[in-house]
Formats: sequence, structure tokens, C-alpha cells
Amino acid sequence: MNVLIIVAKEIHQAIRNRWVLAATLLLAGLALSLTFLGSAPTGNVGVRALDVVIVSLSSLTIFLVPLIALLISHDAIVGEMERGTMLLLLSYPVARWQVLLGKFLGHLAVLGFATCLGYGAAVGALAATGSDIDSDSLLAFAAMVGSSVLFGAAFVAIGYLVSALVRDRGTAAGICIGLWLLLVLIYDMALLGVLALDQGRSISATVLNALLLSNPTDAYRLINLTGFANVSTFAGMAGLAQSTSLTVPVLLTALLCWTLLPLGLAALAFSRREL
Amino acid sequence: MTGTVRVSDVSKAYGQVKAVCDASFTLGQGELVALIGHNGAGKTTLMKLMLGLIRPTSGSIEVLGDNPAAGEFAGRRQLGYLPENVSFDPALTGRETQAFYARLKREPVAKALELLDAVGLGAASRRRVSTYSKGMRQRLGLAQALLGQPRVLLLDEPTTGLDPELRQTFYDIIARLAAGGATVLLSSHALTELEERAGRVIIMNRGIKVADGSIDELRRLARLPTRIRLRVAGLAPSEMPGWAPKDATCRRLNGHIVEIDAAPERKLELLHRATAAGNSVEDVDVVPPTLDELYAHFLRQSEQAP
Repeated sequence: MNVLIIVAKEIHQAIRNRWVLAATLLLAGLALSLTFLGSAPTGNVGVRALDVVIVSLSSLTIFLVPLIALLISHDAIVGEMERGTMLLLLSYPVARWQVLLGKFLGHLAVLGFATCLGYGAAVGALAATGSDIDSDSLLAFAAMVGSSVLFGAAFVAIGYLVSALVRDRGTAAGICIGLWLLLVLIYDMALLGVLALDQGRSISATVLNALLLSNPTDAYRLINLTGFANVSTFAGMAGLAQSTSLTVPVLLTALLCWTLLPLGLAALAFSRREL
Repeated sequence: MTGTVRVSDVSKAYGQVKAVCDASFTLGQGELVALIGHNGAGKTTLMKLMLGLIRPTSGSIEVLGDNPAAGEFAGRRQLGYLPENVSFDPALTGRETQAFYARLKREPVAKALELLDAVGLGAASRRRVSTYSKGMRQRLGLAQALLGQPRVLLLDEPTTGLDPELRQTFYDIIARLAAGGATVLLSSHALTELEERAGRVIIMNRGIKVADGSIDELRRLARLPTRIRLRVAGLAPSEMPGWAPKDATCRRLNGHIVEIDAAPERKLELLHRATAAGNSVEDVDVVPPTLDELYAHFLRQSEQAP
């Protein structure tokens, strides 16, 4: 009950602050431009348009969704403490984990709404322009949207953990930008570099799998670019899809762990925090 | 009298700084207690300890049957708190804010919104909090603290930023709550305001409780002199009347007033002597030591003690 009250308030606030509007417009705008520009090089012959869209949108998600998630979450605890609103909230009959869970579900709802609506606009546009959309592609698309939300949830949780640990908002923002750079850009480059240098001598498939699972971005990428046969052909990941033993359930579990573990740690850090 | 708040041997240290040091007291039902002390004396720390926002370094606290340090909060439905410099989410309106807090306390929202009128927020309650002045935020802060017939009210500097009229309303409201059995603990710098209202005063200095009792008890303990002012006719500007005691301090104020510092038990004797001296005394004023003076006295005393 308490959790629901806080969820409702977070959503209300996000609507008021135009977070929902901004995130939805951003995602919809980029999704639409990718839909129409992205089909230019492939043309419209013999290629299922939605599969191309899935590939481009999942690449977009990798950069954008973590950024939005960290933007709304890095401030959640330390920001409310700095503004003094947390002091009053915690004097009410509500447990700290309820506050955290309420915020999480509220922020997740905002992110989910923006993703579904923004990416949904792409499908709507394709349907409106008369492209053929078969049920396989639609299923892959739904899976892409679902996993994008889960991917966002992981970064919301990571943002909370940072927010629960640091002393001021500036530090939280700095660390979150650093984490974004690390997990979204640097990790893959470093991994590629290491693999190229190693030439398969000491890094076995198991180690590679472990390395891929230990970054939520790679888990998400593999789900969408290798999970569906049609899509992986376009993604140029068909080779990897055949060689990797990581199945979709394993990858989803990894993403789920990336959500629940930081969230649990954030709850722990928050419960021990003095204010 | 049943205790609603029990503080036993509580200390709280932040690194080297001892914010509260071995404080013990029990607050009972229906008590209106003033917590006074200068900035950094440990007033806010004590309230935060009672709310479980921070944990004591040693000692234990019980509030409405809960141990706040262990994260118990069932009793908080009957607890109202107004922090110093209260702040709210700027994007929501006063009514939305009040409704949110009412839901958390499982109070009917309609009743909660009536409180906004009681604190005089009225029309402004439909505006966003970001447009509020300090006084309006303080009113909203009061309204949320009064939600749901609280049995314990913790008010940290509640009257700062309130205009005199609302101040009066505020004291009326809390006096009514105290009469109904609520425990009210309020910290303030406005000592003259508290003097007539607080049934009990706790004085803190550097985290140590230096005095605790009703104002009369503190007066007896402090043994500060009562000032007796007499308007006396027919005296030269620097002359003392013949009946003035040799062992008490006498002063002349602006021409024809004689001021005598009387030890508490000698008040009546001095008045008798003055009136016995004939009709040269035209008027009498008896000024007992004020809370300001008592506060200064207890602070001096605690500073001198090793």
C-alpha cells in the first residue's frame, strides 16, 4: 500500500516535471527517424522492414535508455536528502525499502511508458506506410521493447545504488556518467581489443561468456541481435549467434540479476544511511 | 502520567563531535515541552533520534512503544514532525502534497485538506509549492504535522517565518492538542513566546541536558533574584530609601524608581518593609526572572562546571 502511494506520487511528479513527455518525444523522434532513414540503404525489396528497425532501435536503446535511466535515478535518494524532502518522508509510517521500491516502480513505469510509446510509434509508422509486418517480426519487436525496459530497469537500479552511497548530487551525477561511459562504450572496446590481442589463446568461450554477462549492455545486445534468427542475419551477428552458448533465458536472467542486485544493495545502503 | 517518549542515556557522536551526551528524560501525555538551547546544542539531533533518522551511539529511545533505531515505525501514524527548514517537492501543489502525506498516514484526504484552511493556506493550496514563500511553506509544514490527531508532535523551530497572527493560532492549536493528551516537544529560540505556554522546559548545552523542569522549578533551582520595582515619591535622584535592605542590591532607575534584586524567599519581607515605611511608595512591580534569564543562568552554570 505504501509502495503504491509512492509509485503514484513519483509518476505524478514525472508527468508534472515533463520527464515523461521529454523521454517519450526523444525516443519517438529518434525511432521514427531511424525507421525512415534506416530503410534507405536496404531499400524495400525482399527485406522485412520491421527487422531492420529492430536492429537500429536496439542499437539506439543501448546508448539512450541507460542515459535516461541514470538521469532519473541518480538523484532519487541523495537529491531528496539534499533538498530536505527525505527527512519529512521518513518521519512518516513508511519503511525505507518501501520508499526505494516505490520510486523504482514509479521510474520504471515512466521509462516503460516512454519506450513502448516511442518505439510503438515506429511500428505505427511502418504499418501506416504500408509495409508488410508478419507475426514473427512483431514478436521480435515486442521482445525488443520488453528487454529494453528490463535493460532500463538495470540502469535505474544502478543509479539508485550510486545515489544511496554518495554524499552529494554532483558526485552521483559524475559517477553515473562514468558508469555509462564504461558500460556502454569502453567495456566493449576493451573487450574487442583484448580478444584481438589474445587471438583465442587463453580466453576460452566460457570466459568470453562470463565477460559478456558481466555487462548488462552486452546481455541486452545479445538478446536482441542474436535471439531471433531473422534479425541476427541483418545484425551481422549470425556468426556469433551460432557460436555462443548463451541462450535468451540465460541472458534475461543476467539482466534480471543486474536489476535486483544493485536494487538490493541500494536498499541496504539506504537503510543504514543516517540523515 | 504515561510516558510517550522515553530517552535513556542517549549519546550521539559524529566523529569527534558529541552532538548529544548521556541525555535522559521521559515525556508524558499532555505535556507541552520546550526544548531550548543555542544552535548546535543537540535539539535537532534529539528529534532525529526520536524519529529513527539517525541511530544513537549508545543508549536507547522509545517512542509510542517503538524503538526507532531498529526501524520500527508502527507508532509513527500517531506522530507529527515538522523539521527545521521544511521543504516539499516543488512540482506538486499544496493540496497534492497534503493529500500524499495523508495517504501515507491512512487519513481521509478530505479531512486533511481542511487542515490547510486551519493554517490559513486557503487559496494558495492550489498553487505549486515552488511559488510559496517561507511562511507559506511553514504553514504547509504545520498542516502536515497536524495530520491524524497526533499523540506525539515534534516541532523543530515551528514559529520561524510565521506572522504574529498565525503564531497565536498555532499556539492555540497545539495547546488544544496537548489538552487532549498529546505530547508536544517544540524547540525554539523565541523564549518569551514559550514562557507562558510551555509546562516544562528542557535546556540543552553542547549536547548535555543542563536543566529540566517547569519554569517555576527552574526559578527555584536557579535562585535568580526577583526584581521589585517601586515608584517612590520624594527621594533625591541618587538617594536610597531608609527601609532598603543593606544586603540586597538596590538601583535607582530614571528618577523615582527604586529597583531591588530580591532573593526568592525575601520578596514578601521586602514588600512589607516598603509598605510599612508609609505612603511614599506609589506603585509596585514584581518581575520574576524570565526564561531568557534562566536560560542564560543555566548556560553559565554548565560552562563553569568542569
